[in-house]
Amino acid sequence: MTTITDPQQESFRPSMLLNDTRYRSYTFQFIALMVLIGIIAYLGYNLVLNLRAAGLNISYEFLGEPAGYDINQTLVEYTSRSSHLTAAIVGILNTLLVAFLACVTATIFGVIAGVLRLSNNWLVRKLMAGYVEAFRNVPVLIWIIIIFTIMTAVLPAPRAFRGEDADASMILGSVAFTNRGVYVPMPIWGPGSMVVVVTFILSIVGVFAYRAYAKKLLFDTGRLLPTGWPSLAILFVPSILMFFIMGQPISLDFPELGGFNFRGGLQIGAPLIALWFALSIYTGAFIAENVRAGILAVSKGQTEAAASLGLRPRRIMNLVILPQALRVIIPPLISQYLNITKNSSLAIAVGYADITATLGGITLNQTGRAIECVLLLMLFYLLISLGISAVMNVYNNAVRLKER
Amino acid sequence: MSDTHAESVAYVRDTMLPESPPPAAETGVAKWMKQNLFATIPNSVLTVAAILVIYFLLAATLPWILNGIWNATSIRECREILDGATGGCFAVLSDRWNQLLFGFKYPSELYWRPALAFLLLFAAAAPVMFFKYLPSKLLLFTAIYPFLAFWLIWGGSILPPLILLIGFAAAYVAFKTMERKGFGIGVLSGLGVLIVAIILAGLFSESNVLALEAVASRDMGGFMLNMILGTVCVSLSIPIGIALALGRQSDMPIIKWICVVFIEFIRGVPLITLLFVANVVLAYFLPPGTTFDLIIRVIIMITAFASAYIAEVIRGGLAALPRGQYEAGDSLGLDYAQAMRLIILPQALKISIPGIVNVAVGLFKDTTLVSVISMFDLVGMIRGPILASTDWNGVYWELFGFAALLFFVVCYGVSQYSQWLERELNTDHR
Repeated sequence: MTTITDPQQESFRPSMLLNDTRYRSYTFQFIALMVLIGIIAYLGYNLVLNLRAAGLNISYEFLGEPAGYDINQTLVEYTSRSSHLTAAIVGILNTLLVAFLACVTATIFGVIAGVLRLSNNWLVRKLMAGYVEAFRNVPVLIWIIIIFTIMTAVLPAPRAFRGEDADASMILGSVAFTNRGVYVPMPIWGPGSMVVVVTFILSIVGVFAYRAYAKKLLFDTGRLLPTGWPSLAILFVPSILMFFIMGQPISLDFPELGGFNFRGGLQIGAPLIALWFALSIYTGAFIAENVRAGILAVSKGQTEAAASLGLRPRRIMNLVILPQALRVIIPPLISQYLNITKNSSLAIAVGYADITATLGGITLNQTGRAIECVLLLMLFYLLISLGISAVMNVYNNAVRLKER
Repeated sequence: MSDTHAESVAYVRDTMLPESPPPAAETGVAKWMKQNLFATIPNSVLTVAAILVIYFLLAATLPWILNGIWNATSIRECREILDGATGGCFAVLSDRWNQLLFGFKYPSELYWRPALAFLLLFAAAAPVMFFKYLPSKLLLFTAIYPFLAFWLIWGGSILPPLILLIGFAAAYVAFKTMERKGFGIGVLSGLGVLIVAIILAGLFSESNVLALEAVASRDMGGFMLNMILGTVCVSLSIPIGIALALGRQSDMPIIKWICVVFIEFIRGVPLITLLFVANVVLAYFLPPGTTFDLIIRVIIMITAFASAYIAEVIRGGLAALPRGQYEAGDSLGLDYAQAMRLIILPQALKISIPGIVNVAVGLFKDTTLVSVISMFDLVGMIRGPILASTDWNGVYWELFGFAALLFFVVCYGVSQYSQWLERELNTDHR
């Protein structure tokens, strides 16, 4: 004759803060918050004491003062009388430049090496495995320094190009590898050149439109249009025609030996080349592994199913394997791009004027504003990282398998 | 009909014919080469190109290595001996061997101490690495090793490391006894004992009991510095990384957000900026007048860096576990600490091994970055004192090749070990 009664409503006791799972998490969070606030307050208090002792304050006024140092490779106008802020902007642009260049070439190296690692040619497979292992297992700093050493200590000086039987010669008479950097022809944009550029950009759009149309036609009617040669034609023919119609507005300024150095052309400094090449060949090894993993992740049944539908090997690759492999490849690929951007901060080791070398290096040493400079530096990299990961999240959501 | 049939069979073979060999082009080397090297015409072109590449690589390096000079005192002497021939000047390695390994300030009569510590590292790591094949009692030496290595490398009295060791042991005992009253209380009492031990160790730091000659942190250098930073930071960052990953998975919003902000901040900035912090900024946040070893500041920052990455790897492992595993832990009535320790983490860590090893290898390679903040690790030694000396100014390839080789051996070895471990722990018998 027992009756079921509701459990008695317990009144709150302090010991429940530790023993009752309903309240324990609040206790832990409260403790964590207090500890965090305590640590921050302690560090802040120390900071105030230290700054007062050193007679400093936190201020960003130094950014407006003249920098007083020269930068050898700049994308925007800069002299030693420009402000520290301009120097930082030069650094940011240089970081973005080398990161962009390295991303492009690293992708090319990585895709080639990754595909070749899956080749059924034993020798090529082993060779690519050797490349990947050799570059993945050695610090990128060592590669940067080695390539910088080649650029500055092994390549001939400009005067080696002088004379009848010179020790060195220019490649095709237009590119010179010297220990002061690489000289390449510089395009000169004459009047009307914009028309040619716009035509070229429109041609690129045209190629994509043509390919989309060909694909739609294939899916709708089953008719196959050739894509290879027409794409090339659309890409180049209008631009070349426009180039001659406008009277050849774009010409090249070739580097020429004059005095002690090369004149004219575009000088690409050794630090940029070293950083660019080392980053792309090092990250290329990682990308190769991502590409290989992505292709292997598509199960063999997919290939066989496509083959049993009568698709040719190239169409199997384009229509079945690649769309599925890219879903696996792209997220790690983007984080490799992020790594390139962060690793480009090693520029300081070879004297390339990126943001770390200007703001975090010379500006910091000249003004002594360590906290402000390092804070700005971190903020810049954080913004890039968070921006890229936001883009990546959008992409991941877009390509996610649409399941029930 | 029947008898003619009987007569028509004059002979019935009752043994098998001997197998005739396959055609010559379908066996052995010929078949292998046909399948693997010359299957199609483009494939043959690739093979020829690959052979050319290998030939050029060997033609460039082999004479240089085989013709190398190992005994000389300067690059000029090397060039005299070579007399215009191709050959490496490896004499720089034998001449500066100790500097490359130990830096240029570590007292030369004490080299045996870090060398011994390095050898003992293998003895300490073996019980962890090959736990299936070695008796678990050897783990005791692994537990002692950090204190022993500290005493050997830095010198000084044996008392502080000894007290710390005893402190850790006492903290473990305290944790085990108090754990019955709850995991949190156990952790707190363990921490209390540990803090007492640290204070005690600090008190005895000037004593002379069994004192080895003390070496200051700023005298560490060469590959030894890379090894110290690599091993210390990796072993510290794994437990911190686990804690961060669990924190990020936690249901408690404040703890979760602290972990998320820490991890994302650290992962968003390059290691160099963190080293800048260690070098020039950290001092501002310490009480006025405290001097903090640069090496310890660098260890703190690299550990923070690595633990954020390891936390993300382990979070991946935790997320990969089926939901049922968590529910199984709950339904058995295990509390959070027990469920994590007994059910979740062993599986999650097993999944995360490749990722953790990747981070560890990357971290070891990144220890070369300390040369940027003018510490003389292997790369710093080569770029600084050795290449700047008049004797060896210009011996680039040999030195950087040696550095690359050292790193390659360690990193490749570690990654091979991790692949072996993965196969070893593989429990799905398919």
